Amino acid sequence: MSVTGIIFSNIHDNNLPELTRMRTMASVPFGCRYRFIDFTLSNMVNSGVTSIGIITQTNYQSLADHIGTGKDWDLASRAGGIKLISPNITAFAQDSRIMNVTTRLESLKSATVYISRRTEDLVVLSDCDVICNVDFSDMIDFYEKTNSDITLAVKRMKLTADLAEKNVIIKSDEDGRVRDLLVYPRDVIGEHDISLNIMVMKREKLLDLIADASAHGYTSFNTDVLLKNINSYKITSYSYEGYFACVSSLSEYFTCSMELLDPAVRRALLDVKDRPIYTKVRNSPPTRYTEGSYVKNSLLADGCVIRGTVENSIIFRGVTVDKGAVIKNSIVMQDGYISKNCALNCAILDKNAVLKEGRVLSGHPTIPFYVPKNSII
Amino acid sequence: MLQKKECVAMLLAGGQGSRLYNLTEKNAKPAVPFGGKYRIIDFTLSNCVNSGIDTVGVLTQYQPYVLNEYIGSGQPWDLDKTYGGVKILPPYQRANGAYWYKGTANAIYQNMGFIDRYDPDYVLILSGDHIYKMNYNNMLKFHKANNADCTIAVIDVPLSEASRFGIMNTNGDGSIYEFEEKPAKPKSTKASMGIYIFNAGILRKYLEEDDNDPSSSNDFGKNVIPKMLADGAKMYAYQFTGYWKDVGTVKSLWEANMDLTSDDPALDLRTPEMRILSRNSTRPPHFTGENAKIVNSLVTEGCEVYGTVINSVLFGGVKVAAGATVKDSVVFEETEIGEGSTVEYSILDCRIKTGKNCKIGEPKEADKGIALLGADMVIPDGTVIEGGVMTSKFEKEDK
Repeated sequence: MSVTGIIFSNIHDNNLPELTRMRTMASVPFGCRYRFIDFTLSNMVNSGVTSIGIITQTNYQSLADHIGTGKDWDLASRAGGIKLISPNITAFAQDSRIMNVTTRLESLKSATVYISRRTEDLVVLSDCDVICNVDFSDMIDFYEKTNSDITLAVKRMKLTADLAEKNVIIKSDEDGRVRDLLVYPRDVIGEHDISLNIMVMKREKLLDLIADASAHGYTSFNTDVLLKNINSYKITSYSYEGYFACVSSLSEYFTCSMELLDPAVRRALLDVKDRPIYTKVRNSPPTRYTEGSYVKNSLLADGCVIRGTVENSIIFRGVTVDKGAVIKNSIVMQDGYISKNCALNCAILDKNAVLKEGRVLSGHPTIPFYVPKNSII
Repeated sequence: MLQKKECVAMLLAGGQGSRLYNLTEKNAKPAVPFGGKYRIIDFTLSNCVNSGIDTVGVLTQYQPYVLNEYIGSGQPWDLDKTYGGVKILPPYQRANGAYWYKGTANAIYQNMGFIDRYDPDYVLILSGDHIYKMNYNNMLKFHKANNADCTIAVIDVPLSEASRFGIMNTNGDGSIYEFEEKPAKPKSTKASMGIYIFNAGILRKYLEEDDNDPSSSNDFGKNVIPKMLADGAKMYAYQFTGYWKDVGTVKSLWEANMDLTSDDPALDLRTPEMRILSRNSTRPPHFTGENAKIVNSLVTEGCEVYGTVINSVLFGGVKVAAGATVKDSVVFEETEIGEGSTVEYSILDCRIKTGKNCKIGEPKEADKGIALLGADMVIPDGTVIEGGVMTSKFEKEDK
């Protein structure tokens, strides 16, 4: 069966207010050279989904810039390819409520024209911040084999109360039939299946759901659509066993980034055979290490010049680390410049940050020191 | 309706490159890897694009698969055009027979039909085995300002080395009065870079004459240029200043790679001007392990370094195991250096699997020459390969 993809680009923006001030959740940089959306996009492409609509709402310049024509994902295609679905606001819309699309269901309403014009049988819907390497075709097989109306991808995780509050817990019976959803529950801890916010259903079904939700004035996909229909529809859960980074706060962003230093995590996420993660090509030259550089247990992208010390850190493309500078347990995003004798510990430097000579910044894994984009310190 | 192109570039990429030995056994010289993530042809292709030339014919003849695959639609260089773009031009059969490219001039002559499709005023002839950044548009401006028939790019070389090159002897205004191929006693230090701009009509005339001359070896440097000079054509030397390196030999290929590892490289690939474009891999970022030591080296995506890397260039996906040392060496894609092994003053081709405690090559100071290992070899534990050895034996891995 043919499959089309829908990605929500602004979902969960408020989980990472620091990093999404100037960008969508979809275009948050991650793992030296990727953006969050690269994982979902690559998963789709690697599973043969080659027509993808990205629903945008606000702040999407950086996303549009990242996606370009889609050629870096082989999605510059006449038959489908990638489409940015911008907010559908008419010239008459003076009402800020119309312009303020906040939920998954509301964004879907604005994408009905796009969805109804597609010709594929199935649709896979995914959030932009699902950092995992999943084979959608396996999930779709499961959907078909179980004769489901809707299949949700879930991942078994050990939850803290903080993490539970930002996720949807799925309760299924043994054969995978979903029996209950706990939407952003309070005071839940322990091992649970959480929703990866990836869904598979028939495209026609999705259009019916949107029309129905629209007629009833529903706003939440989870509570108004899934939960209300939990007995009338066959909703199943597909269990994903691979690596998943659940980034719902800056400290988790920090923790998940550092997890990439573990070779097993890299193999499960970035280096899966036949399922590479694509990203925008930047044509950076290789990274140059000079005399006196000292780098250990770190992950580095291309285009850097390393003259100083880097330990347990994530260094993005085009970063310069000058002599005498010491970077430990930190994340330095694209084109950062760390001058001589600076010292960093548990810091996150957003793009183009410049540290002048001798600056010392230190945070803690729970509250990393965040330096906004284009800052000069 | 075809649009006219002012200038069409013809890139000579058919040479065997026999002085690169096993690196060109199954690969045309322009497709030989260079500088960590490039291939030699990236430099000329990128120069074309960065100079606003969007129509490039690539003339191939020798082992073309890797090169064809690499160039593909030309997308990495923005040369996937509706009209123009990059085109691969192999020799082809005609009504009156089929001929291989007999020389550089003959290769262009056989493709005059390709050039005619774009009705250009100028034709830029390039060779695919040089490393440099150059704006051909400036050379074209110079050519037009002089109202020349042909302009040849030249670079100053040390007088002591001038007898290895084709030397242009010029008047004060840059016009060429004499061309000497590898002169024993050079009169000038202006070496031809193998980059020519011709007026399209003049080029056609001389290529036709050259084709009719049975004694000609159909080569630009040996036949066409001397003939034009003898006829009194208006020929100018365009002085290029900047980094330029012929990478036709193992030694010069090694040197050009090493030039990039300096902290202030003569050819800076990091500047945004004249950026060199290449077909990028989808490898993850590179990782440096707990006891890694990397000095004066280039490392790129997909590498995993747990050992020591000094004065070396590592290509994508190279693994250097703990306790291994790579020094003064160039290691191509996906090659793995096993635990405790030492690689010195060597060039290792792609996908070689080196066992534990091997010794490959000898220190540069030993002066035994560069060890050159061919692709896909599996080298057993404890193997010793002496300096200067060129080999592609050992059991090849089943593909």
